[in-house]
Amino acid sequence: MNLHAIRAIYMFEMARTGRTLFQSIVSPVISTSLYFVVFGAAIGSRISEVDGISYGAFIVPGLTMLSLLTQSLSNASFGIFFPRFTGTIFEVLSSPVSYVEIVVGYVGAAATKAMMVGVIILLTANLFVDMRIEHPAWMVLFFVLTAVTFSMLGFIIGIWAKNFEQLQFVPLLIVTPLTFLGGSFYSIRMLPEFWQTVTLFNPVVYLVSGFRWSFYGQADVSVGLSLAMTLVFFVACLGVVAWIFKTGYRLKS
Amino acid sequence: MPPALQIEQLSKTYESGFKALNSVNLTIERGELFALLGPNGAGKTTLISVICGLVRASAGTVRVHGHHWTEEYRTARRLIGLVPQELTTESFETVSATVNFSRGLYGLPKDPARIEQILKDLSLWEKRNSRIMTLSGGMKRRVLIAKALAHEPKVLFLDEPTAGVDVELRRDMWDVVRRLKASGVTIILTTHYIEEAEEMADRVGVITKGEIILVEEKNALMRKLGRKQLVLQLAEPLARLPESLTAYDLTLAEAGDELTYTYDSQGERTGITTLMSDLREAGVHFRDLQTKQDSLEKIFVNLVRQSQ
Ligand SMILES: Nc1ncnc2c1ncn2[C@@H]1O[C@H](COP(=O)(O)OP(=O)(O)OP(=O)(O)O)[C@@H](O)[C@H]1O
Ligand SMILES: [Mg+2]
Repeated sequence: MNLHAIRAIYMFEMARTGRTLFQSIVSPVISTSLYFVVFGAAIGSRISEVDGISYGAFIVPGLTMLSLLTQSLSNASFGIFFPRFTGTIFEVLSSPVSYVEIVVGYVGAAATKAMMVGVIILLTANLFVDMRIEHPAWMVLFFVLTAVTFSMLGFIIGIWAKNFEQLQFVPLLIVTPLTFLGGSFYSIRMLPEFWQTVTLFNPVVYLVSGFRWSFYGQADVSVGLSLAMTLVFFVACLGVVAWIFKTGYRLKS
Repeated sequence: MPPALQIEQLSKTYESGFKALNSVNLTIERGELFALLGPNGAGKTTLISVICGLVRASAGTVRVHGHHWTEEYRTARRLIGLVPQELTTESFETVSATVNFSRGLYGLPKDPARIEQILKDLSLWEKRNSRIMTLSGGMKRRVLIAKALAHEPKVLFLDEPTAGVDVELRRDMWDVVRRLKASGVTIILTTHYIEEAEEMADRVGVITKGEIILVEEKNALMRKLGRKQLVLQLAEPLARLPESLTAYDLTLAEAGDELTYTYDSQGERTGITTLMSDLREAGVHFRDLQTKQDSLEKIFVNLVRQSQ
C-alpha cells in the first residue's frame, strides 16, 4: 500500500478546499439557511407537524442529506475532472499508485469535505430548531456511507464527463430532482398511493428515510431496507469504479 | 545487470484504428543519453506514453531495470521520471506544493532538503511560493522537470524539454541534464533541435511512422552517414563548370567564385586527389579551401526522406 500517495492525493484535494473555503463551506451553509427560512418558517408554519415532529425538525435530516449528496457529487466529480481537463492527471496515472489508492485519495477527500459541510449544516440547523438524534451510531453509518457512495458516483461522473456541461448535467438534471422528490421535505406517506409506489424506485428515498429514522425513529420504509438499498448502491458504484480502472475508460487511450 | 529499458515488439493502435507504433524494439543501457528524433507525428510521445503507463500497449512488453512495466508497475514506475511535452501544470498550486505532491505520489516521505536542492538547481527556489499560473512558460517547463526529479528517478524521459525555451535557459537545462547523466541517470529525450542531440546524446534513434528506422552511436552515425564537402574558393570566378569536370559531384556557386565538392568521407576513395589534378589541368585555381561535415540534422532529414 502506497500510503504516502494516498496522503499526497488526499492532502492535495483538501488543500484545494482551503483555497476555495468560501464556495466549499460557506455557500452551502447559506443556501441551507435559506431553505430553513423558506420551508421551515414560511411553509412550516402552515404544516406544523409531520409524524408528530415539528416540520422544521422534520426537514433537518433531508436537508442534510441533500447537501451531503450534492456536495459529495460536486467535490468528487470536479476533483477528478479538473486534472483530466488540464492534463495533470498524467502524473497520477504514471506514478506507482494503485487504482484503489487513487480512489481512496480522491473519494476520501471529497467525502470528507461533504461530511464537513453536512456537520456544519446540522449545527446550523440546531440554531433554528429543536432536534434529537435517537440512534447516533446509525446516523453516522448512513452519513458516512452516503458521503462515500455519492463521492464515488461523483468520481464516476468526473471521469465520464467530456466537458463542463456534462459535469453539471447529472447533478443538476438527475440527482437534484431525485433528492427533492425523495422525501427530503415531506413524508412520502403524504403522497397519493400511486406516487408512493413510483417514489419507491427513487434510491434517495431510502437514504433520507434511513437517515431520518436515526434522528426521530420514524421512517417511510424500514431501516433495514434503507441500509440494504444504500449498500446496493455503494456496491454498484464500487463495481463501476473498478470497471473504469480495469478498462482505463476515458483515462487511457 | 538488466538494461535501463528493454522494449520488445511494442505496438500501439489507437481506437481510431491509427497505428502509431509498429513493433518497436529498443534497448537502452543504463546511464546513457538517448536522443529520439523523428518528424511530427512519428510516434515519439506515444512511445513514451506507453512506457510510462499513460497509453495502453496493443502488444509487446517493456522492462525497466528488468522489471516488467505492468506486472511490476510499482517497482518499474518508481524508477521512471517523466517530463511531458505539454505544459500541464496545476495553475493554482505553488511551486513547492506541486513538487512535494509529486514526491508523495511516488511513495516517498517528505525531504525538504532534497526538494530545495532540486529547486535551486533549476533556478526555481525564489519562485517556490509563487502560484504556477504566475510563472512564464519556460519556468513552467522547469517546474515539470522539478516534479519529475522529485522522486529521484533512475530513468528520465524528457519529451521535447527545450521547446519554447530561450537560449540561456536551454543552456541551464542542459547543465542540469549533464549533471543528472553524471550522477548515473539514464536519459531519453526527444527533440527537434538536432544540434542538441548532436551535442549531448550518446546514441541516436530515428523514428518515423511508428517504426524505429535507425539506432546508432551518435559518433558512428555521423561518421558513417556523414557526407563531407570540400569547398574551394576560386582565385577567379568561373562562368560555368569546365567540361572535363562534369563527372565530379561539383556545384558552382551562383557568383561563380566557389566550387563545392561533395564526397563520402567513409568511401573507399574520396576522389579528392584526382579532382585536384583535374582542376589543375583545367586551369582552375583556388585561393582557399575548407571541408564541411553534414550535421546530424541533414543526416536525419535524408533518412526520413528515404524512408518515405
Ligand atoms: N489519442 C490518440 N488517438 C488517435 N491518434 C493519436 C492519439 N494520440 C496520438 N495519435 C496519433 O499518433 C501519431 C503519433 O503521435 P505522437 O504524439 O506520438 O507523435 P510525436 O512523434 O510525439 O510528434 P511531435 O513531434 O509532434 O510531438 C500521430 O499521427 C497522432 O495523430
Ligand atoms: Mg510528441
